[in-house]
Amino acid sequence: MDFDDTLEEAAFRTEARAFLEANAQRKTRETRAYQSLELDDAAVKKAQAWQAKKADARFAGITWPVRYGGRGGTPLQQIIYNQEEENYVVPRGVFNQGVGLVIPTMMTYATPEIVERYARPALRGDEIWCQLFSEPTAGSDLAGLRTRAERDREDWIINGRKAWNSNAHFADYAILVARSDPTVVKHAGLTFFYLSMKTPGIEVRRIKQISGVSNFTEVYLDNVRIPDGQRLGKIGEGWKVAVTTLANERYTIGESEGPDFEDIFAFARSYDWDGKPALSSDSVRERLADWYIKRQGLKYIRFRTLTALSRGQNPGPESSIGKLISAPKLQEIASYGMDMLGMTGGVMDETAPMNAWFQNALLYSPGKRIAGGTDEIMRNIVAERVLGLPGDVRADKDIPFNQIPTGSR
Amino acid sequence: MNFDFSYEVKMMRDEARRFLKDRCPPKAVRRALDGEVTFDRDLWKAIGELGWTGVSIPEEFGGAGIGYEALCLIAGEMGASLAPVPFSSSVYLAAEAILMSADDAQRREMLPAIASAESIWTFALAEGPGNPSVEAIGTEYRDGRLSGKKLAVPDASTAQSCVVVAKDHTGEIGLYAVALNDSSVTRETVKTVDPTRNYANLTFRNTKAMPLLANGKGWGLVQHLLDRAAIFIAFEQVGGAEACLQMAKSYAVERYAFGRPIGTFQAIKHRLADMYVALELARAHAYYGAWAISHDATELATAASAARVAAIDAYHLCAKENIQIHGGMGFTWEMDCHLYYRREKMLSLLLGSAPYWRNRLIDELEHIELAAAE
Repeated sequence: MDFDDTLEEAAFRTEARAFLEANAQRKTRETRAYQSLELDDAAVKKAQAWQAKKADARFAGITWPVRYGGRGGTPLQQIIYNQEEENYVVPRGVFNQGVGLVIPTMMTYATPEIVERYARPALRGDEIWCQLFSEPTAGSDLAGLRTRAERDREDWIINGRKAWNSNAHFADYAILVARSDPTVVKHAGLTFFYLSMKTPGIEVRRIKQISGVSNFTEVYLDNVRIPDGQRLGKIGEGWKVAVTTLANERYTIGESEGPDFEDIFAFARSYDWDGKPALSSDSVRERLADWYIKRQGLKYIRFRTLTALSRGQNPGPESSIGKLISAPKLQEIASYGMDMLGMTGGVMDETAPMNAWFQNALLYSPGKRIAGGTDEIMRNIVAERVLGLPGDVRADKDIPFNQIPTGSR
Repeated sequence: MNFDFSYEVKMMRDEARRFLKDRCPPKAVRRALDGEVTFDRDLWKAIGELGWTGVSIPEEFGGAGIGYEALCLIAGEMGASLAPVPFSSSVYLAAEAILMSADDAQRREMLPAIASAESIWTFALAEGPGNPSVEAIGTEYRDGRLSGKKLAVPDASTAQSCVVVAKDHTGEIGLYAVALNDSSVTRETVKTVDPTRNYANLTFRNTKAMPLLANGKGWGLVQHLLDRAAIFIAFEQVGGAEACLQMAKSYAVERYAFGRPIGTFQAIKHRLADMYVALELARAHAYYGAWAISHDATELATAASAARVAAIDAYHLCAKENIQIHGGMGFTWEMDCHLYYRREKMLSLLLGSAPYWRNRLIDELEHIELAAAE
């Protein structure tokens, strides 16, 4: 056992670090505090400039083929780069969907000419992509989506309403799954498209989250006309294409932002409780120990994933449990940090520790347990795909979509 | 990055798994449970012949000197099979205590018999309720003799020798080797929740004792020994937890209720997923512990504390939920669920219980912070 890079890995790490050192500022320990997660146009501009720099140095799209502006690298190199970038202050991007999901899906389902057209602008951040998948009534049950795609000669006419679309208000383009045939079973009636967000009939409305910020939207589609040439995959095989996209998603969902163990640990060491640090309390120590175990355990689980990747093997099933551990942990830490503050724990102004990180996290952490697969869906995935348990009995199995019972919400 | 065991060591594990599946089925464990035997003497002999007891003991002291990674994976199999043998007492505790504290002459005298499993050793710490603490040690060493009483010592009904934690006339803590087959030693077998392992109270009355003081005295030695043992025990716990998860999963697939396998219900599925998550966290920490002990890393105390807490939590969850998923059947003597449930609890108490180790983990992290600040 060792935690060392191979020679090639070390060389790549050195290269990545040199790039970051030359172009970004290293994080200091003191900088850990709440920072607003809401992006504005100026932040997007900054992120685009950074993305272009990364793309020019071939650190964006590390696993992409060289012909599309990538590096032709390995997933492990992507992880090494992410580890290094983690140590620097860099603008938060809005390019994950384009670089991580959309273009890789196109690489499987579109003609080389189409990929050629869209790959580089997505990689450099010149064109921003979003994903029009989920709907108000189709979240965990994504294949139950209702947005209609009706054929009109060489075009498709799209009508419906999409929701929880991250960054759609900044996006130039989108990928879309819609129902092209409601008379067959739900998975069989879907078709996959891409389209410009400037297409007539699209209206983007921002959704205000419980944290007060607005990082995602609802998208209304009213007689939106898409040429058949913007279809990816066959008619009725949209689910298969969407599954490809979602399989890429696990590479793009990073670790939950803090506050994490080290933040609440530092806080508990310095925070005074009746003349003593809060950390001297047995009850505080017990709780913190458990978060350390989750935090470090995830790190060691990732070491095992990296070991597999380093050997050219597929990571084992252990890599699928990260979100299930980190999202509830975040919510618990936020809540407990406020408990430690006692009667004034609810105060959310500049007097609150770490720029009111616990308070803000209390309000943004519920989203982490839902986005990218709810805790419940993640447990189903672990139980069915890792442990091999049988699937649930489905009330909508073998029933044409338009005959599936629906509720009032 | 190579956070995995070597091919050779994994081969040894596979061999151990096959061997124990054949030689230590639940039927064999039940002979101890039902009081037919105190421990599985034939299995113990075979384990000695296979060299498992000496796997981490250096060759110069009669062992195979293969190392701690091998011992960790064998421990996992011992835990999974619930082997009713004094492996942990002899190997993780007594042999480690001797390696740590004895001089070379003593090591040459004591370790070969442990390596070959010819003699059974154990380790005696507890003197009353409570977690490990220097204040709780009343057993005293004076002029070559030991007096005092140790409680609930594992494998003490069958052991020939014991490493005892005692204080000297100045109150300093030290380790002492004692032969138990001496008329000055009284053993009273005690009943515990896990009859598959034997426990006894030991009373020493001016019992001849050999000081193991090559590395000096102090509570720190005891703590270091407990840290090391915590890592091996964590592998036993992970092995046991994994066995529980496998049992529960198989049952959930085979058992039908309401016209379908109970494993199709999310109430069952999600429980199993939570067991898996706890198990993988514990496994990851145990692996890190294996690295720390194999490399004599400065992180050993932190790694051991975290590995112990994660393993206690995972095994507890898996053992109790295994019974729950088996329903009424799981509550019967006939099903094997309770064998794990019993062992889980005893392993979680040996070396001190979870609150003690959570506190120790935070202690260590505070020390690291203070050292970094200086």
